Amino acid sequence: MKSIEELRAIREKMKQQMGLRNADDNDIRVVVGMATCGIAAGARPVMTAFLEEIEKRGLTNVSVSQTGCIGVCRLEPIVEVFVPGEEKVTYVKMDPSKVATVVEQHLVNRNVVADYTIGAAE
Amino acid sequence: MKELSEHILDITKNSVSAGAGHIDIELTEDEAGWLTIVIRDDGRGMSEEFLANVLDPFTTTRTTRKVGMGLPLYRMTAELTGGELRVESAEGVGTTVTATCHLPHLDCPPMGDLPGTVALLIQGSPDTEFRYRHSTPSGTVELDTRELREVLGEDVSLAEPEVFSWIRDYLNEQEAQL
Repeated sequence: MKSIEELRAIREKMKQQMGLRNADDNDIRVVVGMATCGIAAGARPVMTAFLEEIEKRGLTNVSVSQTGCIGVCRLEPIVEVFVPGEEKVTYVKMDPSKVATVVEQHLVNRNVVADYTIGAAE
Repeated sequence: MKELSEHILDITKNSVSAGAGHIDIELTEDEAGWLTIVIRDDGRGMSEEFLANVLDPFTTTRTTRKVGMGLPLYRMTAELTGGELRVESAEGVGTTVTATCHLPHLDCPPMGDLPGTVALLIQGSPDTEFRYRHSTPSGTVELDTRELREVLGEDVSLAEPEVFSWIRDYLNEQEAQL
């Protein structure tokens, strides 16, 4: 059973990680469109897959957040990736099976997965 | 929407957009299979004029286009099962959206991933207080972000992936006992 004790353990672990992190670590932001269009197209499992993958790999320099409608509803679920100092990358028609690839290739190895981007879809 | 929980995700996001500090999500099931879903916020609320038209798909606050499908789709889902949707709102006070659905009805979508939905809502708005309550004839599941915050302290955000997983798994276990 999940207990409050486990939550306390998470806190202790995170506090230690914070001590280890450099203040000048560059933070990568992953933003998932979660308006009506995104949710109807399946944004929730995509968002969940990003959180799971980032937790699994222990990527402490990546934050995942949710936003509203990005404006191209027919290409939802849409995910935007912001790497400091680089141009924003927009991934479209995402599904959970594509998430591990984006995390490994883009967030870890810093290679854009061109096939999944809006440029490839248009 | 394929699942009732996706409607809950969508409509609760409206509460977040309305600047709510506290959001209550309450699901109550009775013996006859009627489910009442209440989403209550203390956000900025709506003017009487906006409220009068809020179920019209051509009413929206979004700026990317002129249609807003969230509430109309939610109403359609409720009404297809013989239920209804009510929206109450007052400017400066907040908004309450109440839907009733008859779960055994053929046209009623499955509940879907309720624990994952609640966990994602908390993850997406880590500074908002959420109170979740799901009651069925066999028991009640409750979660209050204030209690989680007491354990996590100020240093650990509710947006952390590890915290998201804990909330989802915790609720999954609790829901399984209903």
